[in-house]
Amino acid sequence: MKIKMNGITAALLAAVLAAPASAGKIVMEGSTTVLPIAQKAAEAYMKRSPGAEIVVRGGGSGVGLASLIDGTCGIANASRAIKSSELDKAAKKKRAPKAHMVAMDGLSVIVHPSNGLKGLSLAQIRDIFTGRISNWSKVGGPDMKIVAVSRDSASGTFEAFGELALEKKRVRPDAIVQASNQGVASVVARTPGAIGYVGLGYLSESVKALEVNGIMPSRQTVLSNKYPISRPLFMYTDGVPQGDIKGFIDFVKSAEGQKLAEEEGFVGLR
Amino acid sequence: MRCRKEKLIRYGFTAAAFTALVFLVGIVAVLFTEALPLFRKVRVADFLFGRVWYPTGEPADFGILPLIAGSFWVTLGALLVCVPLGVGSALYLNELAGPKQKAVLKPAVEILAGVPSIVYGFFGMVVIAPLLQDLLGLPIGLCAFTASLILGLMATPTVASVAEDALGFVPRSFREASFALGADRWRTLTKVVIPAAGSGISTAIILGMSRAIGETMTVLMVAGGAAIIPASAFDPVRPMTSAIAAEMGEAPVGGEHYHALFAIALVLFLVTFVFNIAAELISRRFRLKLGHAR
Repeated sequence: MKIKMNGITAALLAAVLAAPASAGKIVMEGSTTVLPIAQKAAEAYMKRSPGAEIVVRGGGSGVGLASLIDGTCGIANASRAIKSSELDKAAKKKRAPKAHMVAMDGLSVIVHPSNGLKGLSLAQIRDIFTGRISNWSKVGGPDMKIVAVSRDSASGTFEAFGELALEKKRVRPDAIVQASNQGVASVVARTPGAIGYVGLGYLSESVKALEVNGIMPSRQTVLSNKYPISRPLFMYTDGVPQGDIKGFIDFVKSAEGQKLAEEEGFVGLR
Repeated sequence: MRCRKEKLIRYGFTAAAFTALVFLVGIVAVLFTEALPLFRKVRVADFLFGRVWYPTGEPADFGILPLIAGSFWVTLGALLVCVPLGVGSALYLNELAGPKQKAVLKPAVEILAGVPSIVYGFFGMVVIAPLLQDLLGLPIGLCAFTASLILGLMATPTVASVAEDALGFVPRSFREASFALGADRWRTLTKVVIPAAGSGISTAIILGMSRAIGETMTVLMVAGGAAIIPASAFDPVRPMTSAIAAEMGEAPVGGEHYHALFAIALVLFLVTFVFNIAAELISRRFRLKLGHAR
């Protein structure tokens, strides 16, 4: 769940976007969380159907939905459902945003295998990561300093964790910062006092996943939305999709597309 | 015919020589043009002395004091490692080692200088950090102390080879005069050779500092990455270089965060620029002192 963009690709993107829209060209814009799925799926789809041209941009869910309403993109990626205020705006412009769920995003909270704790409440997790709790004894563990392990502040995982678990409060500044899910998992695996968060695909024997509010993270609990740190990811289209847009959305939802989503660390819908 | 050929070659070399200058000017120009837009929105004092770095918050905080503190903290720590090791090995190589030892040790030091920084970083992350964590009972091994240790090791070859050159420049006559006055080897070393090579050794140390403060990959991997002003050597830190490396890929091009990262790069550039000027000035004085002035 990480996007790399440098000046050159940005310049290329800008050049491509400035070109007049041609038939069969799809512009996707929005959530950086959905972006890796969109990117991978677009590459695979363009390989399969050579006529199609898909441009993928980030920007955030709000930006993507605004572009869809303005008609400057064909598909809006969103890591949240559309808001009623956005629906009002869409109605004024005679647009009918239609949601297509493309995957589930679930984050497991992990600790060192030697940690005796079975689970934490979402509120305790929030207190730990925002700095209000700094010792395991406060949450029923041994007298040991808590080492919070977080992600770089621009990563999609960081953003998702902030929204789903921390109520958008700031992560404590003394948290160890790692560049990838794998980085977090390996630091937690080596550090007895550590707690971190990773995508569901990064669970292994070397770390221990905690129950959150009494619910264990798993494909089932994420897919049923019972597990608290999970959310659906959407692609929005204007009305019922047609032509290449329909082809692409169908591809994302197909077994092949869902496999790509799984490879990017999300929970596929089938 | 021949004259034309020589002219061509001459132009070729001239162009090559000026390439470095062109790149330097280009880099400086880009740093300024990309960094300055930030200061339309953030005051310079708030940027340099702000204590909170939270570039993706709403509103974002762009205080780089924790990053500056992180950089200087690990650099000073690295000096504590690389000065004794580097100067010590230079002294040994120059004064005590026999030709056979020198034939082994000198290339070894040079190879150490050629090890890629990611290898040091990996070594630090996988071997040193867990080791220190266990030995010292730290909550986590990824901290300023570990970063200092690895950076110090990395800077040691630089310090050792420049310092060794400086010692080599001390004329034989200085030593002979000292021995002739009845001074023993230790006295000659501490009272004559080291002071004579002093500014060369200072240059070596400053170059080592430059190397340590600009190092990126290693600190990214072992310093822990927390943007706090460290209260102890065992706190995690986020030096300027690692903040730039970790965040540049994901900062939206042209946004405030993007410009802030260039502004950090500018600060870093100015710091190393000052270091290099200092090194140059000192080494010039040193050449004059020993009569190597040109």
